[in-house]
Amino acid sequence: MSGSQILIESMIKEGVDTIFGYPGGAIMPAFDALYDYRNRLNHILTRHEQGATHAAQGYARVSGKTGVCLVTSGPAATNTITGISDAMLDSTPLVVITGQVVAPLLGTDAFQEIDVVGITQPVTKWAYQIRRAEDIAWAVARAFYIAKSGRPGPVVLDITKNAQIQQAEFDYKPCTYIRSYIPVPEVNKDQVALAAEIINGAKKPYALVGQGVVLSGAEAELKTFLEKADIPAAWTLLGASAMSTDFRLNKGFLGMHGNVSPNMKTNECDVLIAIGMRFDDRVTGDLNTYAKQAKIIHLDIDMAEINKNVKADAPVLGSAKDTLPAITELLKPAKHTEWIDSFKVYDDQEFDKVIRKELYPESGEMTMGEVIRKISEATQHKAVIVTDVGQNQMMAARYSKYSQTRSLVTSGGLGTMGFGIPAAMGAKIGAPERTVCMFSGDGGFQMTIQELGTIMQEQIGVKMIILNNHFLGMVRQWQEMFFDERYSFTEMQNPDFVAIAKAYRIEGTEVLKRENLDAAIADMLKDDKPYLLVVNVEKKGMVYPMMPAGACVTNILLGD
Amino acid sequence: MENKLYTITIFSENTVGLLNQITIIFTRRAINIETLSVSPSALKGIHKFTITVYATESMVEKVVKQIDKRVDILKSYYNTDEDLVHQEIALYKVATDKLLGLGSIEKMVRQYNISILEMNETFVVFQKSGHYAETQQLFNELSSTVGVLQFIRSGRVAITKSKVERLSDMLETLKKFEDQNN
Repeated sequence: MSGSQILIESMIKEGVDTIFGYPGGAIMPAFDALYDYRNRLNHILTRHEQGATHAAQGYARVSGKTGVCLVTSGPAATNTITGISDAMLDSTPLVVITGQVVAPLLGTDAFQEIDVVGITQPVTKWAYQIRRAEDIAWAVARAFYIAKSGRPGPVVLDITKNAQIQQAEFDYKPCTYIRSYIPVPEVNKDQVALAAEIINGAKKPYALVGQGVVLSGAEAELKTFLEKADIPAAWTLLGASAMSTDFRLNKGFLGMHGNVSPNMKTNECDVLIAIGMRFDDRVTGDLNTYAKQAKIIHLDIDMAEINKNVKADAPVLGSAKDTLPAITELLKPAKHTEWIDSFKVYDDQEFDKVIRKELYPESGEMTMGEVIRKISEATQHKAVIVTDVGQNQMMAARYSKYSQTRSLVTSGGLGTMGFGIPAAMGAKIGAPERTVCMFSGDGGFQMTIQELGTIMQEQIGVKMIILNNHFLGMVRQWQEMFFDERYSFTEMQNPDFVAIAKAYRIEGTEVLKRENLDAAIADMLKDDKPYLLVVNVEKKGMVYPMMPAGACVTNILLGD
Repeated sequence: MENKLYTITIFSENTVGLLNQITIIFTRRAINIETLSVSPSALKGIHKFTITVYATESMVEKVVKQIDKRVDILKSYYNTDEDLVHQEIALYKVATDKLLGLGSIEKMVRQYNISILEMNETFVVFQKSGHYAETQQLFNELSSTVGVLQFIRSGRVAITKSKVERLSDMLETLKKFEDQNN
């Protein structure tokens, strides 16, 4: 069998059914072999390698499977770096396969040769170069094991062209163990007992829910845990949809543009239980004033997260799927009614000062929030929400409601503009039965706009919504708040987006007036075809509440 | 917290690009590597890195965890000098005629416990092992008297004073995992 066939057969053994890729010189043998597997492997030709990586991310985030990319060497490999970095920061399992020049040319500055392993080592869980066909099956098995196990992340396999061409025996064995790698630490009973004891003694316990809950599939275990001890909880951006929005103990969003009560209560609780989250600076603000009054319990699968930003009084290592039930078993049933009710004061304040006018404006220009609310309602809160980055992202995350897990796909850690369109494509392919709504700004949309070509060719039924304010809105907001309203290069003259969509044979509508919005949303959702809805929203909309970067979590601005 | 000298010990697989995986973790946090020594360990196929850095304890703890987390790293930990028996080795090349000009070198050889590795009409190569301060002291003395043509000092090598052998613990854990998987 050729190395290329071994590569593809090994991927099939790993359960791969979808690949996002782009052919080119050094990966041509693999693409040639792929031609014979068209019935078994769905290859999506994106319009740019960055698009392939974000699509693979979207696919992985909604399906729970590992996303796969196949690209050539040199510029193709460097184009994947943004997506790989994004997957690293957001713990998304990816296997990115890059072609490489033939082994004898390595190190000679050959055409389209670049040190892919060297470049990607800082942003991958594992990066490996394969120079011989007989190593391919082993490396593929290892790559998929590393990408998916423990705290997931991206893996790069750089395969020289000669290895793709050479013949070797197909000798694939799944990888289940690497002696230098312990993906899931064993649950320590003493740590569990200590955590349970602290929670049992708490009067004002409070849980922070991160993506670890989703990645380990511990949504049900989380609910049982929270309900048994009556613990209010808030989620991080990536933890969103780990509980349903209307769950009694769900208090909303943490962080810079999160809800007021979840942030304020961080500095009022007596026990803070962080579950599969990493105390990102967008959540904590100033660490010197963060939750100093509370005992901190930190559940995480990754030892390196313990004490990285916030020192834990009781670290509990392991998968949330194991640690949550272990702690729950030792919890005494409790009621914290008064504590839970105390969130309401802040919730009411936020509703009065921010949410009402954002979601239910009666006059004036359309707001981002009302568009998102209406689309969430029109999809019965069942859609997968994909966002780009910026105001559109914060608004979509805040004002969409979630009724099932894995419903928000967003670039959290890296904050990658241009993530939206390709990630939505991947999400739709990963969850074809679900409606996928992608919210973008006019800026981010144009960063990966070429992927409309992929959507056209593959007829991927994504619903794309541009919240068009003719500005790089979030940067403009910062300029207004912190840079003296000096709008340095944030205003945009935009093309006719609907006409562009039309050129790609994608149906679309532009909404200029509020009275046309409902009909346009209904038109967008009438079938399962791709659609572009452009809504001209207020030019100088602001995302509030806002906790300024590096400020204390209780320092929350609510606007006028 | 003040910066202190920490010795980081790393056991790893012997794969291509491993050193880069380690050094990028220091680069991100702008920590300078003071000394670095790499060699095969007592266990076949496992390499041992000994790295010294000036850092705060909380910083070194975080760095060590991030190193430990890399897939190809078996174990990483850190110590201060008090926990260690440590040593460096230094070579000094000096001009023979200048050395002979000193008259006698017996006192110096005894005081510094110098070994002579090579000697000819042009130059002499001394070897001295010891702590950094000791090898430096000899360098200073030779510099001020006869001049030093070439000087090289190795990275630190170290052994813990602990009665618990962390590597053995690690290997036991590994064995357990391996058994579970077979």
